[in-house]
Amino acid sequence: MSALALDAVSVVLAVPLVAAAVLALLPGYRVTARLNVAASFLTLAAALTLLVAERPEPGQYLLVDDLNIVFIVLNTFVGFTTSVFSASYIGHELATGRLTPTYLRFYHAMYQMMMFGMNLAFVSNNIGLMWVAVELATLTTVLMVGIYRTHEALEAAWKYFILGSVGIALALFGTILVYMTARPIMGEGYDAMVWTLLVAQAASFDPALLDVAFVFLLLGYGTKVGLAPLHAWLPDAHAEGPTPISAVLSGLLLNVALYAVLRFKILLAANPAAMPPGPLMVTMGLTSLVFAAFMLYRRRDIKRMFAYSSIEHMGIIVFAFGMGGPLANFAGLLHMVMHSLTKSAIFYAVGHVAQVKGTQRIAEIRGLTESHPALGWGLVIGVVAIAGLPPFGIFTSEFLVVTSTFAREPLLAIVLVFGLLVAFGALLLRVTGLAFGAPTGPVGPVEASYVPLYAHLALVLGAGLYLPPPLVAWFQHVAGLLG
Amino acid sequence: MGGLGFDVAHMLAGGLVMISFTMLYQDRLSAVIHVYALHAVVLSLSVAWQAFIQEAPHLYITAAISLVFKAIIVPTALHRIVRRLGIHREVETVVGIGPTMLAGMGLVALSMVLMLRVTPGADALAREDLAFALSVLLLGLLMMVTRRNAVSQVIGFMSLENGLVLAATGAKGMPLVVEISVAFSILIAFIVIGVFLFRIRERFDTVDVGALDHFRGERR
Repeated sequence: MSALALDAVSVVLAVPLVAAAVLALLPGYRVTARLNVAASFLTLAAALTLLVAERPEPGQYLLVDDLNIVFIVLNTFVGFTTSVFSASYIGHELATGRLTPTYLRFYHAMYQMMMFGMNLAFVSNNIGLMWVAVELATLTTVLMVGIYRTHEALEAAWKYFILGSVGIALALFGTILVYMTARPIMGEGYDAMVWTLLVAQAASFDPALLDVAFVFLLLGYGTKVGLAPLHAWLPDAHAEGPTPISAVLSGLLLNVALYAVLRFKILLAANPAAMPPGPLMVTMGLTSLVFAAFMLYRRRDIKRMFAYSSIEHMGIIVFAFGMGGPLANFAGLLHMVMHSLTKSAIFYAVGHVAQVKGTQRIAEIRGLTESHPALGWGLVIGVVAIAGLPPFGIFTSEFLVVTSTFAREPLLAIVLVFGLLVAFGALLLRVTGLAFGAPTGPVGPVEASYVPLYAHLALVLGAGLYLPPPLVAWFQHVAGLLG
Repeated sequence: MGGLGFDVAHMLAGGLVMISFTMLYQDRLSAVIHVYALHAVVLSLSVAWQAFIQEAPHLYITAAISLVFKAIIVPTALHRIVRRLGIHREVETVVGIGPTMLAGMGLVALSMVLMLRVTPGADALAREDLAFALSVLLLGLLMMVTRRNAVSQVIGFMSLENGLVLAATGAKGMPLVVEISVAFSILIAFIVIGVFLFRIRERFDTVDVGALDHFRGERR
């Protein structure tokens, strides 16, 4: 059985890598788009077998445990649905000439490379390898953000590149410091960079150096999570790249960086003498939440607005994990999954809206529910879900975050609820303008695939109505691991 | 031998901090590139010395990469770009040289205090290496935030990265150092190619990134 699990991990890694090479060579958009979907589906299938297969012993490089399976399954699932959305989206971009066939080939190859980088970051047991994988995922997304080669796209890519590189440099310094901390106890060589071994020995590490290392790692990977005040790259990167990439950025890449932060948080928590990681994460999370909530009001670009909403939700998630404890961790985990599904669904809708209207300006889009009912209502449902209204899953997770905070730190809960309400107001204000009233702009039919959009929304709705007990038990177990 | 090994490593790492300072007060772009090339040469010597005293032959690869790639290829490419764009004289600073130098001194003091305080257990060589590396890293960051010009921001980033290589090689026996330095070289190559291919000047009429603010997606 263990051979099967090991094989599943190698399939999760090998399929995107091989697909990237093949897609880089193949011409023709219909074939490559379908191949992209097929490769993403294979990766998803392999990731699902990880759930049932017996897990291999953690190796020097790779690791499968309860924590990263959540991330891998979510990652490959959204990767697959986004590839379905991308297939219909990209045809339109090709037709309007925003992308040439050569760029398209490059786009598909980079899409699979990015999936490879993200999956590698999740399964890596070596903190150096994890860093390399996050860097790879960053580089590929930079290239995709700049793919339209307009002024705005190049500026966004440049900004993302520079800020992302600085973040990644700080994270590497933190990684080196972790090695320095571990070396006196664990000796030189690979063992001192293997995460499972590090956690086992963390209690005897020098706490002061470990603290400094964690600050660097939190700042470094936090830049990539999009935590204020290190978030400056995020809105531009979301607004100027192709919309499938915005969906993947919000839904997945932010989670990769978050996952790295969580791994190191567990490491720090394993050392009783080190500082508690909670307060730092709580502060950064709340700052991001409140800041992004206010920024939502002044957005004029629809993708930019939802990018700020991502900062807001990452703030909530980091806040929940910072609070710690079984309930808050459970809520954080659930919120992360719900946010990934909802936000990518919103971007699927927004992508088609921007294509059919030929603009991303909020002021120029009106009456979507009349001109394009399926798209318009999809967007409305998505925004209602992301704003945290019942009966959607985000309501459940936000409710859990708020109640667990009220029980322990009522003052923080007031700030939290305030931020949530401010964001709620902004989102509903904008969506009424977008969805209702007399339609403006082109009202022609749209060639869209609604399956990914409504599949995500159905999952989020389902989770809000009923969480299956095995899922709850699984998440509770993972929440326990997070400490 | 231990004494000499320590002194040479100390001198080379300290030299890197000094050169980072030198970079801060250059007022011509071509001079900044020259100083960066010197930075890379000293880094390569420092890494080679670490390889020698730690008896870690794989570090010679890192030293060679930094000598050939960072001290020769990248500066040559940057010189060509700068000459072609006709901006070899300009270095536009956000803050004056004086305050920048003072801030730099503050950052070096900060990193010394921080690193020496939290690493009482480590051996002297590794401690001081780490303190110097953090200084170089922070000075690189300072250079990135005080310059408006895209090319000097790139150079700031590359000197920051040199600090990281210094830290990684100073951490005795750290695995994956060569791989990480290769990954970083790829990153840098991407940046340089990015500056060159995207022709920031053609697109924006200037490499002054201040001008990019006009293209904020909000104000189309």
